[in-house]
Amino acid sequence: MNFTVIFHAGIATGTILLIAAIGEIFTERSGVQNLGIEGMMLLGAMAGFKIAYTTGNAWVGLLAAILAGGILSLLHGLVTISFQADQTVSGLSLTFLGTGIALVLGEGLTGLTTATIPNFTVPLLSKIPYLGQILFTDHNLLTYFGYLLIPIAWLFIFKTKPGLHLRAVGEKPDAADTLGVSVYRLRYLYTFIGGCFAGLAGASISIAISPGWYSHLTTSGQGWIAVALVIFAQWNPTRAALGGYLFGMLRRLLLDLQGPAMLLGMKNPFFYDRNLVFFLQMAPYLLTIIALVWGSSAARRKRLGAPAALGEPYIRGERGL
Amino acid sequence: MGLRLDVQKRTEDYPKWLPAATSVGAVLLAFVFSGLILLSVGADPIRIYSFFWTASFGSWGAVSDVIVKATPLLLIGLACAFAFKMKLWNIGAEGQFYMGAFFASMVILLPMVDLEATPKVLVLGLMMLMGMLGGALYGFIPGILRAKYNINEVITTLMLNYIAVFWNNYWIFGKYSDAGFQMTKMFPKIAWLPRLSDFAKQYKGFSGITLHLGVIFGLIAAVIVWLILYKSRWGYKITLIGDNPKAAKYAGLNITRNIVLVFMFSGALAGLAGMAEVSGVVHRLQERISTNYGFSGVIIAWLAKLNPFAVILVSVLFGALIVAGREIQPSGVSFLIQGIILFLVISSDVLLKYTIRVVRTDKNGEIVQAKSAAVEEAE
Repeated sequence: MNFTVIFHAGIATGTILLIAAIGEIFTERSGVQNLGIEGMMLLGAMAGFKIAYTTGNAWVGLLAAILAGGILSLLHGLVTISFQADQTVSGLSLTFLGTGIALVLGEGLTGLTTATIPNFTVPLLSKIPYLGQILFTDHNLLTYFGYLLIPIAWLFIFKTKPGLHLRAVGEKPDAADTLGVSVYRLRYLYTFIGGCFAGLAGASISIAISPGWYSHLTTSGQGWIAVALVIFAQWNPTRAALGGYLFGMLRRLLLDLQGPAMLLGMKNPFFYDRNLVFFLQMAPYLLTIIALVWGSSAARRKRLGAPAALGEPYIRGERGL
Repeated sequence: MGLRLDVQKRTEDYPKWLPAATSVGAVLLAFVFSGLILLSVGADPIRIYSFFWTASFGSWGAVSDVIVKATPLLLIGLACAFAFKMKLWNIGAEGQFYMGAFFASMVILLPMVDLEATPKVLVLGLMMLMGMLGGALYGFIPGILRAKYNINEVITTLMLNYIAVFWNNYWIFGKYSDAGFQMTKMFPKIAWLPRLSDFAKQYKGFSGITLHLGVIFGLIAAVIVWLILYKSRWGYKITLIGDNPKAAKYAGLNITRNIVLVFMFSGALAGLAGMAEVSGVVHRLQERISTNYGFSGVIIAWLAKLNPFAVILVSVLFGALIVAGREIQPSGVSFLIQGIILFLVISSDVLLKYTIRVVRTDKNGEIVQAKSAAVEEAE
């Protein structure tokens, strides 16, 4: 087991979760919970792969993925913001819908190879001892985009005026409305942005970080893990990024545990009993639950919570919370 | 001059037939939309739909297959409807189904009783109890996490679904694997739910008909769920907590306990479905005993507007979708139709809250005269 490899791979696969989670943070900060990330990611992964394959240009594929996720999220906006339907159920239906469309349109893509977003080694920075190898060597361009996204999202949400409006709409929509902030328009906007990020996250799997289309296994529940990550991160992009990277590293560690015959000077049980590997495969999902329990009890201690109006439809003229 | 949609909040209750009408409309429209998507990928929707029909209702054998598929869907649909009534989003019926199947199988695999000496009724009864226990225990986890720590049950139940599949795999690939195959040995006949084909000697027409006793469990469960939800004090509490948790708390109801109990009851129904599947259909514990039943159950419950008797009808429809969908290309079609159905059902709920009318407007955009005819499924 090589820890440099584990850290490096964790940063790469963590990027997928990071992008999806930060998108969802934008959406949830505006008071809309979109549980459809898994569906939007899968649709994005399919659209990105299919378009990259047909055009031969990965960037066009990336754009298609972003649009696909965004358009699907607008359906969620329509149903929950305009029709005031239950956000949980709508989010679920979005997952089914996205999965269904992706599976039908993605028929026959399995096993093909396509143009991908290239990898890149940053000059100079990659020469930093140890860290350079992990953070700046042979990473996908989208991983670097992830690095940039963290401070930008944080600054936008907490330090700018539009960010203030975003939070206001999610915390006290009636007050925001009184001050002339359009609750509906902003909620649509950030639902759309969240969808675009989810689509991008999907494409970051299929045409960038681990290229290929493996039907529903392409995302294999990562959209749901991203939803959990948002809660774990207490709606903070920086914490979401750290959580995403950490999760990526853990997954790689679990994978690498299966390899060696000896582990810490002992016989590796996962090597000698291959069936124990199922417990390793279980672990990410179990960890998600544990992280959720831990994160939400930490949030309670610090009196940090979800955006106050999260999940509540806003009806103009009715008394708010 | 122009036409415009005039949307008004309903001031009185919607007509009684409207929820059923929106559900039927949603299903029909879903087929239309799916047809358009199929056309766009070059498939022939008419041919696929007529194949759907013959594959699911073309013969008695096919009808029996559909009802066999509808059986777990019925129990799982009830499980979801029961939890949803309290606005508990149990998306984990899939995992509870697997755990039910696992616990029920343990009766035979351990074995928990002497399989030579115990009467069949007792073996099957014990399997049912174990199946329900497995589902209920697996429902307890998200229930207690939600009740005590307010952890989002959608995420926990989903994660538990994945965990249950790996848990089952561990046993069927390992200790109980049948000669290295991804399944256990075939259960002895004593663990099989009676099938109609068992009576082929008396009634020739039953030969090859795989319909098993599980469907009766489902029908009884539908009656029980209906009785609990609409005729019992517990059901009244569940509905109250679901509709207005603040008022329920004020009325002194123990919400924490009810969340856990409802989750366990819901899990028990899904677990029973798992038992019925291993004991009535596959006769062993194996991989992929569920083809996303947990998700279909969510849609079924919603399409049935949480009404246990409507769940019966809807699960037959979904059974047909799945039976036909197995043999259809592209393979995602039945998933697609299910997704579109759920989406249309929840969007059509807007018709229960608002009236939507087409109105004529004059040059200034003022409404000239209200034109009647509520546009039912036009949104």
